[in-house]
Amino acid sequence: MTSQPFHSLTAHALPLVRDNIDTDAIIPSREMKSVSKKGLADGLFAGWRYTEVGGREPDPAFVMNRPEYRDATILIGGTNFGCGSSREHAAWALAEYGFRAIVAPSFNPIFRGNCVRNGIVPVELPAEAVAALAEAAERLEVVTVDLATQIVSLADGRNWAFAIEREAKEMLFEGLDAIELTFKRADQIAAFRARDRAARPWVYL
Amino acid sequence: MGRTLFEKLWDLHAIDDLGGGTGLLLIDRIMLHERTGSVALESLRDAGRSVMAPRQTFVTMDHIVDTLPGRGDRTIMPTGTQFITATRKAALEAGLTLFDIGDPGQGIVHVISPEQAIVLPGVTLVCPDSHTCTQGALGALAWGIGSTEAEHALATSTLRVRKPKTMRITVNGRLGTGVTAKDLALHLLGRFGAAGAVGHMLEYAGEAVRALDVEGRLTLCNMATELSAFSAIIAPDETVFAYLNGRAFAPKGADWDAAVASWAALHSDADAVFDVDHIVDAADVAPMVTWGNSPQHAVPLGETVPAYDPAGGRDTQATHERALAYMGLTAGQALEDLPIDAAFIGSCTNSRLSDLRRAAAILEGRKVAGHVKAICVPGSTRVKAEAEAEGLDRIFRDAGFEWREAGCSMCFFAGGESFGLRQRVITSTNRNFESRQGPETRSHLASPETVAASAIAGAIADPRKLSPIA
Repeated sequence: MTSQPFHSLTAHALPLVRDNIDTDAIIPSREMKSVSKKGLADGLFAGWRYTEVGGREPDPAFVMNRPEYRDATILIGGTNFGCGSSREHAAWALAEYGFRAIVAPSFNPIFRGNCVRNGIVPVELPAEAVAALAEAAERLEVVTVDLATQIVSLADGRNWAFAIEREAKEMLFEGLDAIELTFKRADQIAAFRARDRAARPWVYL
Repeated sequence: MGRTLFEKLWDLHAIDDLGGGTGLLLIDRIMLHERTGSVALESLRDAGRSVMAPRQTFVTMDHIVDTLPGRGDRTIMPTGTQFITATRKAALEAGLTLFDIGDPGQGIVHVISPEQAIVLPGVTLVCPDSHTCTQGALGALAWGIGSTEAEHALATSTLRVRKPKTMRITVNGRLGTGVTAKDLALHLLGRFGAAGAVGHMLEYAGEAVRALDVEGRLTLCNMATELSAFSAIIAPDETVFAYLNGRAFAPKGADWDAAVASWAALHSDADAVFDVDHIVDAADVAPMVTWGNSPQHAVPLGETVPAYDPAGGRDTQATHERALAYMGLTAGQALEDLPIDAAFIGSCTNSRLSDLRRAAAILEGRKVAGHVKAICVPGSTRVKAEAEAEGLDRIFRDAGFEWREAGCSMCFFAGGESFGLRQRVITSTNRNFESRQGPETRSHLASPETVAASAIAGAIADPRKLSPIA
């Protein structure tokens, strides 16, 4: 599945700087109701977003429900963002809701991979930078995430460089489908498997 | 310079270097379950793609299937049946090996894979499930992935993988009496934190690790994902080879001899260098319990709920206070003797035969406190049958535990069964997240022994302090 290419985004950011935001919090098991990648946005942060379990009455105390953040497409999170269950539904729900970038001091590795495969840029920055961005987001200043230059910036000129591996950057920038890319190596894979089968026959059932 | 075990397995499976720290790796085994596997199989089919190696792909029903006696395709979770029937249809169409409801091979994916020798030393194994790291206990490179990556693995028998750094945790000495692999896992979480191994492939080593049986090693490796590790591995040894020999999918005859000969090389070289090397003394490990909403909120049973420690550098004050409020606890409060509403033994962490035996040894001749809802869910249909052959089911039932069919069950709340609003649960599972086991449920992670002892006491209890049976 290809995703929408990501080059640069300037948008409001939702400050949700809690540590260890797990994928159960991003989308609870009970909100994964069908065998589908779609229809998940309403379940995003359901446990925090609604006044009661399974309900749809917005809890005004939850930051995402404040009208000034309705158009936020960047999320500012805490340490170890996306920990827990590997459920890709977390990334699908965030993408469907409209988030295109998440800034956090660190990410769970499976969640991070799921973001890349769904057109969401995982931006890792030091905690001080994340705190500064969260403060700006609280003041409703826009944040810019530029993937080409790998720089996050604020309108006042403050900016921070972030690292992202080449493969992930290319996938996001071009909106590529990894399976199509790998299929181009079908002959190489077949030859490797044939050699491996001779060396480790017990692996091939 | 020598190589780590992980680097040897990486090299063995590296089809090509894709540049920028990413490799194209051969995948030897794929496992799927009905919650995340269903969508991967359907999406693959909808894209007109097929499974490259169907005979090396296995499917089970564990996450959504009910665990109540007499279960079928109908689930307490609304819409759960759809996951089961879609998975079954897609698996059969693709020619995959399916361990369906009612099959003696059915069970939690990380329980059935070792017990049927689907996972072997030296193989790469992936599953769209974060606890796939469990299976590194047998010396495999096994890790959790997302559903889109599972589609990639199914279609190509490969994955594009960002190579992690390496970390070794060496546990010297022996665990004390009554101290289990689960306590060691929680001790490491308390010590290194829930992001303690982020970006790293973790190898467990040392005398205390080698002394664990295969089921203990599975428990230890299970919670590597709670440390945010890429995965965990333990060098395979005679303990592992003896465990695997003769199991359903293990190599047979000359293949077995050749396999064992090759597996003997699967260890880190003496001069291999890890990016991070931790040493832990097994004597420092005590029976553990968690107090908060992250597995890193783990303390020895006899300790009190910690106050916020700015020097701890892990939680922010807001996170710490939020966890205390959620759990209904105050700093300085004792965890021992804290009244509980429910007790749960099960999950890919602690639902194997040895776990049930140790819990049963505590429960035998005793009764669960009247106000406690107690449930035992064997990890697989085979574990359940073996436990019943030994009479363990009678011990659990006589004590007041429900005895269930195999599955993931109430390790998480999928919209069907739950422990109920704000119930306090002592649980042998791996995650104490907010609302993980039910609406606002307060989960305390511990070993099966501690869960059993607490169920009897009606409050969090140290299994080593149980009074003799009158």
